[in-house]
Amino acid sequence: MPAEAISLDDPADRMNEEMLIRRIRDGEHELFYELIRPYERRVYSAAFAILHNEADAEDVAQEAVLKAFKHIRQFRAEARFSTWLIQITVNEARMRRRKEHAEIMQPIVDHQDEEGNYTPRDFADWREIPSETLERSEVRQKLAEALVSLGQKYREVFVLRDMQHLSIEETAKTLGVSTASVKTRLLRARLMLRDLLAPGLGGSWASKLSFAKGTKPW
Amino acid sequence: MVVTCEQVWHESSSYLDGETGSDLRAAIEEHVRGCKTCGAVLDGTRNVIGLYGEDRMFEPPPGFSRRLHRRLEKNMPRRRGTAVGWMVAVAAALLIVGSFEVGDSASFVHPQLRSKLAQPGSGIPADMMVVVAEDGKTFHVAGCRFIHDKAKLRTIPAGQALREGYMPCVRCMKKYLTESARRNAVDADDGEFARSAEPVSK
Repeated sequence: MPAEAISLDDPADRMNEEMLIRRIRDGEHELFYELIRPYERRVYSAAFAILHNEADAEDVAQEAVLKAFKHIRQFRAEARFSTWLIQITVNEARMRRRKEHAEIMQPIVDHQDEEGNYTPRDFADWREIPSETLERSEVRQKLAEALVSLGQKYREVFVLRDMQHLSIEETAKTLGVSTASVKTRLLRARLMLRDLLAPGLGGSWASKLSFAKGTKPW
Repeated sequence: MVVTCEQVWHESSSYLDGETGSDLRAAIEEHVRGCKTCGAVLDGTRNVIGLYGEDRMFEPPPGFSRRLHRRLEKNMPRRRGTAVGWMVAVAAALLIVGSFEVGDSASFVHPQLRSKLAQPGSGIPADMMVVVAEDGKTFHVAGCRFIHDKAKLRTIPAGQALREGYMPCVRCMKKYLTESARRNAVDADDGEFARSAEPVSK
């Protein structure tokens, strides 16, 4: 599992965050800017991963942060603030999605039985992909397209678990499903994304990039 | 323990998350050593997790943070003022009022005319450029031969000259003065006009 982008494993950081929250609750509202600053990007990223629309993602991110500010007294110290904030964001994004009934792309895998086994379709050998690949906007674009083509229930689990680094239990709680469902959906989401991104498949990004068909884009 | 390819795929997620028991883990690793297909599946899935887990995956649009803070600011309750804060506010208000007072006095005070009998005249265009001497009491049109101290001249609008207490020259500005004003001005002006070489014009 990759390291967390923002880690509060350092007890000093965690204490600082707890102190900030306490002072905000006591009326020093302007400290809220400082509290959310490390997480602004993650909030937007979570909203965008679910909505796949810049304007909606920004609006939902703002709503989520506002909601966190208004309900800061309800935050339980045993959870991480970042987890709580992401949970609010994902809930806001889901509500927005339900409200607008917006499916940007038809999910390609929603019809599949969640409990059935998923068989990988491509067995091309991938060597390790350096994260510098993400510097290229076309690569990010292809990753985003692959993500949005997943069914919503798979995408949400993948976003929370692999992009926002919530635990299986936190993901289950946020989505209101069992931990067993989270594990099943996560397995499928990962394997499907792997297939979608594997070079040589129909509709894959490799053909649109400057790579020869059948070779890897990295 | 021996595992099949299907079992490896089924357990791949737990394996990559480090959540499989030691026996199963060892069995999967043993299987992968001899199975390129399963090795490809695990490597590819590991790449997927690594790439999407990067913080740079979805960049917020430019100005996102600024707009977010602005919206927060609009929705934040204003803090109640402290005693010091109130004192600062009151002092600032006094300063502002004070500055208005100063401004008023500067703009609307009636000038102390430099001659007690001086008449400001009537109908003098305020923007007409006139000439004054620092030590004199009258203002003139440029070129008036009764300007006595040519070394200390200023050219200013007539309106400003009046505000500064100068009175119109009874010679060059005659048309703006009544007869009595001209006479008074001549009588009163015991300095400037007395020093002029030329007699009062008819």
